[in-house]
Amino acid sequence: MKFLRDALDGIKPNFISGGKWEKWNPVFETFETFLFTPDHVTTSGSHIRDGVDMKRLMTVVVLALFPALFFGMYNIGYFHFEQLVAIGQLPSYTFMEAFLFGLWKMLPIIIVSYGVGLGIEFIFAMFYGHSIHEGYFVTGMLIPLIVPVDLPLWMLAVAIVFGVVIGKEIFGGTGMNILNPALVVRAFLFFAYPTFMSGDKVWVAGASEIDGMSGATILGQLGSGAEAVVAQSYSVMDMFIGLIPGSIGETSTLAILMGAVVLLLAGVASWRIMLSGVIGAGIMSALFLLWGGALTDASALIGLKPLMDFGFNHLLVGGFAFGLVFMATDPVSATQTNTGKWIYGFLIGFLSILLRVLNGFPEAVMLVILLLNVFAPTIDHYVVQASVKRRNKRVEDRIKKALSA
Amino acid sequence: MSEVKEKEALFSKNNRKLLTNPLDSDNPITVQVLGICSALAITVKLEPAIVMSLSVLFVLGAGNVIISLMRNIIPSRIRIIVQLVVVAALVILVDQVLKAYLFDVSKQLSVFVGLIITNCIVMGRFEAFALGNTPWKSFLDGVGNSAGYGMILIIVSFFRELFGSGALFGQQIIPESFYEAGYVNNGMMLLPPMALIVVGIVIWVQRVRNTSLVEAN
Repeated sequence: MKFLRDALDGIKPNFISGGKWEKWNPVFETFETFLFTPDHVTTSGSHIRDGVDMKRLMTVVVLALFPALFFGMYNIGYFHFEQLVAIGQLPSYTFMEAFLFGLWKMLPIIIVSYGVGLGIEFIFAMFYGHSIHEGYFVTGMLIPLIVPVDLPLWMLAVAIVFGVVIGKEIFGGTGMNILNPALVVRAFLFFAYPTFMSGDKVWVAGASEIDGMSGATILGQLGSGAEAVVAQSYSVMDMFIGLIPGSIGETSTLAILMGAVVLLLAGVASWRIMLSGVIGAGIMSALFLLWGGALTDASALIGLKPLMDFGFNHLLVGGFAFGLVFMATDPVSATQTNTGKWIYGFLIGFLSILLRVLNGFPEAVMLVILLLNVFAPTIDHYVVQASVKRRNKRVEDRIKKALSA
Repeated sequence: MSEVKEKEALFSKNNRKLLTNPLDSDNPITVQVLGICSALAITVKLEPAIVMSLSVLFVLGAGNVIISLMRNIIPSRIRIIVQLVVVAALVILVDQVLKAYLFDVSKQLSVFVGLIITNCIVMGRFEAFALGNTPWKSFLDGVGNSAGYGMILIIVSFFRELFGSGALFGQQIIPESFYEAGYVNNGMMLLPPMALIVVGIVIWVQRVRNTSLVEAN
């Protein structure tokens, strides 16, 4: 460690104001604070400055994503090899082969995600002369987990440029964004290149090239009325563990729950949002179970019956867990007040299932979180105003009491 | 010489400003945020955007002159209805000409030609300028504002047609070899929200260049 510190101190004068490469200071600063705890100290007043800066906080979130990431890698290989075996092109495969195949598929996606995203962050940091924002460390890991495995890399790069610039930088960078940048990236991909983001050819690695391979997501199949196929191929346990087709890292509720535990123990994410989200989705699913039969008797809605009958399994598929744990709880774009968090989480759960069933959007979770991101400041505003009103009333009552006494 | 001084030159500095201000620091779309509706609707392709710009140019230029000529005889209590009659007459003229000579474009523009009547820019210029200024100045103002409007329309539709359809004026620009290599047109460019985002980026670029537009916080 000593030699690293010495090396950094040796080149530091070049980067500080007036140095040879002062323009590159943000880059230097990023690496310095990445390797060592920052040495900023408070010079006046009685502030307490925690050694845990944003970079450490973000590292916790990235760690929490690892179970989902590793499971996603295995899942890529699992589906690829299972299908090859099924069509008779491969006799058998091992667990390790599946995992390594997934790793091989994932690496370029992760590299593109960090390369493009951090590149833009560097450009903006140098242009505006501020230090590099740490937010992208998490965003850069979230993006690979929410895209289909066979997405062309150039599309990912274009979407990341759009997501980071329009979703974040124009609002002032990390901490100022009203939308979750990773979800902006996914929404852009969904609307710009729909054929690469839905259907039955994109969720299994190699399906677009090899005949006989396919795999629609569970929600996609239910939407097209193939509920018997779903019931036959996937058990509830499969859905919980995550052995289902889907975007890379969102399939395994189990792995995501592990991440959720890490986030909650570290105090990074809000348990209120997660809990109220589950409650909201549970209520909506229960309502559909209850009324599904009566609603779908009207012939226009008959096609929705499989989705309604899916019931509480809705909570296990379609990226619901991933969205609720890692996207909705993003402290920047979520609501800030505690009451607001209950409302925000509840509406995300409730509307996700509603939109998913009635509109037939398998991507409902993504769209609803973006919608609630937009409404988060409004929710906070009314929560704060209600509190002000309540307190005013309390004071008024006391004054009245005091006057009448 | 003295006679010329009394009368303002046709293209004096002030008059030139009437033409150039709306192109940048007083742009109807990016600064006054008027006429957004049509800017989102008809900028999918370059051709209808240009035809729309020319239509607005004609309506606003001629309308401003007519209103300005009548400005002293219009009773102020019914001035809005008079303005509406003038703009409606001009729009019907444009609509009929388009239907006669550019039927395809006319179909693409559909109701939006008719909706020039309600385009805030037109009524805004009548109210704010033509009612209080001489015909020549009003004409310059109308031309300037519709040029500013058209400029943004053309910029937006250029990017939307290029990336959304891979073409310009309906002619394929992005070579076939790109598509064979895996390039795909960006479907989002064809959706109206993307027009809003492109307008937003134009506003961003404009304000980086022209810092006098940046509001103080």
